[in-house]
Amino acid sequence: MILPPPLLAPERAAEWLPGRAAGQVRHAEIFAAGGEATGAAMALAMAQDQMREGDAEADRHPWLWVQDKAAVRLSGRPYLPGLPLSLRHRMIHVATSNAQDALFALEEALRCRDLAFVLGEIAGNPKALSLTASRRLSLVAEKHGVPLWLVRLDAQRDLSSARMRWQARAAPSPAPRLNPRAPGAPTWHAELFRARGHPAGEWLLGEGGSVLSASPTSHQASLAVTA
Amino acid sequence: MARRILSIWLARLAIDRWRLAEDVSISPSSSEEGAGGGADRAQFPRRLTTPQPPPLKRRGGNDVPLVLIAETAHGPRIAAVNDAGLAAGARAGMMLADARALCPGLATAPSDPAGDLAFLERLALWAQRWGPWSALDPPDGVIVEVTGAAHLFGGEAALLADARACLAARRLAARLAIAPTAGAAWALAHYGPDQAILPATAEPKACPDGGGLLDDLPIAALRLDGDTALLLRRLGLKRVGDIAGIGRDALARRFRTVRAPAANPLVRLDQLLGRLPEPLLPVVAQAIPLVQRRLVEPIRHRALLDQVVADLAAALVRELEGLAVGARRLELGLWKVDGEVLVRRLEMAAASRDAGHILRLFGAKLDDIDAGFGIEFARLSAPWCEPLVLAQADFEANAEVHGISLAACIDRLSVRLGEGAVRRPIPHASHMPERAQRWQAPLAPEAASQGELAFHPRPLKLLDRAEPIAVLYASPDGQPRRFRWRGNVHEVARAEGPERIAPEWWRERSGVRLRDYYRIEDEQGRRYWIYRAGLSGDGRGGAPEWFLQGLSA
Repeated sequence: MILPPPLLAPERAAEWLPGRAAGQVRHAEIFAAGGEATGAAMALAMAQDQMREGDAEADRHPWLWVQDKAAVRLSGRPYLPGLPLSLRHRMIHVATSNAQDALFALEEALRCRDLAFVLGEIAGNPKALSLTASRRLSLVAEKHGVPLWLVRLDAQRDLSSARMRWQARAAPSPAPRLNPRAPGAPTWHAELFRARGHPAGEWLLGEGGSVLSASPTSHQASLAVTA
Repeated sequence: MARRILSIWLARLAIDRWRLAEDVSISPSSSEEGAGGGADRAQFPRRLTTPQPPPLKRRGGNDVPLVLIAETAHGPRIAAVNDAGLAAGARAGMMLADARALCPGLATAPSDPAGDLAFLERLALWAQRWGPWSALDPPDGVIVEVTGAAHLFGGEAALLADARACLAARRLAARLAIAPTAGAAWALAHYGPDQAILPATAEPKACPDGGGLLDDLPIAALRLDGDTALLLRRLGLKRVGDIAGIGRDALARRFRTVRAPAANPLVRLDQLLGRLPEPLLPVVAQAIPLVQRRLVEPIRHRALLDQVVADLAAALVRELEGLAVGARRLELGLWKVDGEVLVRRLEMAAASRDAGHILRLFGAKLDDIDAGFGIEFARLSAPWCEPLVLAQADFEANAEVHGISLAACIDRLSVRLGEGAVRRPIPHASHMPERAQRWQAPLAPEAASQGELAFHPRPLKLLDRAEPIAVLYASPDGQPRRFRWRGNVHEVARAEGPERIAPEWWRERSGVRLRDYYRIEDEQGRRYWIYRAGLSGDGRGGAPEWFLQGLSA
């Protein structure tokens, strides 16, 4: 697979749309802490952007959310009224007792032509999720064209064949216009530490309007000013 | 065309069944009006030429008082009585001890209500010889629609005579009636003259004529429950005609709060006269698609068993194709040489008749089979089928190229992970956050619901149980400042709230406290949904407790 090479320096990252950049990526991993909903929320936002870029057909298909037991205990189950409006009515949820069953469910789901995308949530570094297993997932996802967003809760950065690997954590949100003391639109601090065809970098991702947009982190902004 | 409905009341169903099972060769018990009995035998001698079993026992004949008893929490209670028992003073519903006091020589046998119901179902199917469809009238009746069918028997009187002869040949005591409505037919069969026929009138009248047939029936003919019948008797209303006699308004006022038909005499009266429709559930015989293989040599190995199951699946698929249905539930029975039966069931998310798919689903279920000395007989049946017109050929080869369909994917997941693992959330009408969603099977149709009002943002994820947190606050009813959750301290940087959610008082105990929800963001930007249960000084417990329930995006 040949990716379009939008080789952007992190300094020009304001023009960069992560969802569009993820265009052809079929297997991405997002590392996040278990005590926050950052991982799943960012995966959903990127999946939505990717569907927007892709065919309109996939925008009506159901999608699958697979969680293993430890992930459910750490971060809870999806909550229908809180899901994005366009994804709310077509979610199918799979709860498995261990990571091995979760991997089986992910692989079976990636073979299904009727799914828009698959979101997996696996806690920790289970032995079943080895390099071989992740390679299997990558191959199946690329063969059948169903994107896989794998959220790794409280996990170390182990070996993996995912095409994009992010480390994400929550970031202070912009103050809403009407009530500046209330929490604002979701914002995440995301570090792309491995990707094919992209330089690594750090961004603040936020859902500006409806599309996921990136802005430089404060550290980079200060670098740009001094330069 | 006015409807004509035949009601068959098997007045002594339990006793007759018991006698048939015991093989007692005597004439059927006769009810008060002489249903069944010797007269009919003389009238229809050709029905009686069938060979009768030789008399084995005299016990349970009408000469010995016999009761069928049901075990209850307070001891045995009489469920059915034969004629000699009735004469001796035993009645259905009595305690056995009371009846024994009246008649010490009472013979007993256990009753079998489930068997009676199964017999009634078979009888309902058999009764379709007189009309196109029939319905059960538990516990001891059958209703047959004979509209437009009576002329085939030479008129309604001849139809009744034929029905009586057939039932008498089966040695069942029965009372029959034909009327334009099920209610009237039931009333006449139970309380009217024998073989009553109520002619169809042009329109229902307040005071039904038909020779005053219905007017003279007792109040119990309205199929009322015991309390209502007692109340009407105390009001002095003893006959159906009495109700039509007094003003309808008076009764409507008295029973205005009662909706159940069995407790509202006006509803029953209207059903009797055909003013209100009374839906009946027809009994339909359904053949279960079933294939089986008897094996020459008992098999003990998995490879051979797979081959047998593949053969069965292919045969069943042919069977299903002929019926233009697909299987939703499959049952595989394996009979072992040593007399045990192994049954494996599975359900599919959508109707399917793909042999490869069936085989693959059973593959996982056959892993733990212990063949013992061998399996000699295998049977595959599809107890639940749904119409399926088009078939997709060559499922597995297609899957390699185009991927599998959603239904097949869900089948594979739920076979390995269990039924409850694959689910879909649906909105539920409740304002309590944890009750606002329910889970159902992924491909089941979603029930119609009112759209929820999204006044406030909700978290992306909800913890299965809200976790208690220790909160530092400026004032007990104010906003939180700092909290400790799972061992970490979170400084609240921003907060919005409270959003007050009251308990569902119609569902919960009275001591349940209200909740004040806050959307908060801590100093690192993590967004949570927390609530305080109760207010200080609301009289429902001590100091309010705090919980963390949801994780926001």
